Amino acid sequence: MRNVSIIGAGLTPFGERWDTSFRELVYEAATAAIADSKVEGKDIQAIYGGTMAPGRLIGQEHIGALIADQLGLNPIPSVRLEAACASGGVALRQAYLSVASGAHDIVAVGGVEKMTEVSTEEVSTALGGAGDQEWELFLGATFPAIYALMARRHMHEFGTTEEQLALCSVKNHANAVHNPFAQYRNAVSVEDVMDSGYIASPLKLLDCSPITDGAAALILCASEKAKHYTDTPVEILASAQASDTLALANRRTLTGLDATVVAAKEAFKQARLQPKDIHVAEVHDCFSIAEVMAIEDLGFYAKGKGGKAVQDGETQLNSKLSVNTSGGLKACGHPVGATGIKQAAEVTWQLQQKAGKRQVSTCDIGLTHNVGGSGATAVVHLFKRGD
Amino acid sequence: MPERYRLVGSKCLTCHSEFFPQRKFCPHCRRKGKIVKHDMPTEGKIFSFTEVSSGPEGFEHQTPYFMAIVELKNGVRLMSQLVDSPKGTVKIGAPVQLVFRRIAEDEHEGAIAYGYKFKVVG
Ligand SMILES: [Zn+2]
Repeated sequence: MRNVSIIGAGLTPFGERWDTSFRELVYEAATAAIADSKVEGKDIQAIYGGTMAPGRLIGQEHIGALIADQLGLNPIPSVRLEAACASGGVALRQAYLSVASGAHDIVAVGGVEKMTEVSTEEVSTALGGAGDQEWELFLGATFPAIYALMARRHMHEFGTTEEQLALCSVKNHANAVHNPFAQYRNAVSVEDVMDSGYIASPLKLLDCSPITDGAAALILCASEKAKHYTDTPVEILASAQASDTLALANRRTLTGLDATVVAAKEAFKQARLQPKDIHVAEVHDCFSIAEVMAIEDLGFYAKGKGGKAVQDGETQLNSKLSVNTSGGLKACGHPVGATGIKQAAEVTWQLQQKAGKRQVSTCDIGLTHNVGGSGATAVVHLFKRGD
Repeated sequence: MPERYRLVGSKCLTCHSEFFPQRKFCPHCRRKGKIVKHDMPTEGKIFSFTEVSSGPEGFEHQTPYFMAIVELKNGVRLMSQLVDSPKGTVKIGAPVQLVFRRIAEDEHEGAIAYGYKFKVVG
């Protein structure tokens, strides 16, 4: 296996993009990444695209072909990857493997979701497909309900509080204020979160990530050739993925995601690094409790200590560990298939010192953590400056 | 569907592990395992719960309602709705019992689905 670097990153603004189609989102993000990378279209040898539910959300399948066509890149191979909310992270891993293996030198990888063309109920039903249709959704479990069951148990076992969960959303909104791509660039207070009304107790509206349109793209290149295109490549130090049971009830624990634990351990082993070496982390906060569990499962904090760390401000921008500088899924937005790629774009810009007012001052090593469903898939990547 | 109507799961005769829903083979013993159908206990306790204020399609008439992870007496956990359980009684550790109820209705086709739920007892 050879080393692989990111040489270009591009995002669309995230939000309710009423006037922009699925194809236009793909075009916006891909052309931004290609321009950033300085590669020519003809240099790209394959495309990997992550998206969760275009069949239900816009009535379109065969997304690999659509992307290659839309970008005028026929006849190169192009494939769509699906792993619910981890579709982007899984696409990044497959793209990474294709370059690391020597099959390709330069590939494009992206993620996209167009979610606002159907009703909120239809989006909920489509996203519900990330869980177990027969043994969760059929019985009345919504996605917020599944994470609420984890939150309740975490509070019961470790004394985690609703205020500590609220502080994740407060922090992520504060970071999004400085992110021009974010869906919600407004600060919120603990009171705002606490008063936002229960969706599935103990989770309230502002504990939940929103419905978002958006796309993200990266250009990957064999590290030995990366300097040909950019002075500031970002090397992918590790790529790891793990799986767990589809349904929450069948797992070993409700207070963490074993798939995250396994993927993180494997990633740190590949890179010969430890959690304390990380300066910036984009973690999968589809719900506030998911961020608390993530910083524990990734090894930054012992199990049960995550809520206290958030309360003590240790995960704020330029604190002990800067978590979700983009605003996270909560405030930057969660166009499901795009999220895993957006996380890598954010870490890339942080490592290149291009993150503006949300820049982490000491920033050499970064981590992304992307979860599918309630934890049946987890993907962890580690990155460092390649210059 | 006996799994849904009578809570029939599986048991591995080799390692004595029990499963719900049913499994075709034992993930611990793999080819050395021997899986047979096995009735789950009808009593357990609440392992975790949530009150759903915003229900999915087909559950509009029941909202708000409680969902729980129930731990059965054999240690197997499953997802279930709680019914006939006053708010103050729904707590982690509260004893629950199996009941058979209407799960959801499809407004377009008029179909009604039935299956298991649990209620707090004692
Ligand atoms: Zn067995």
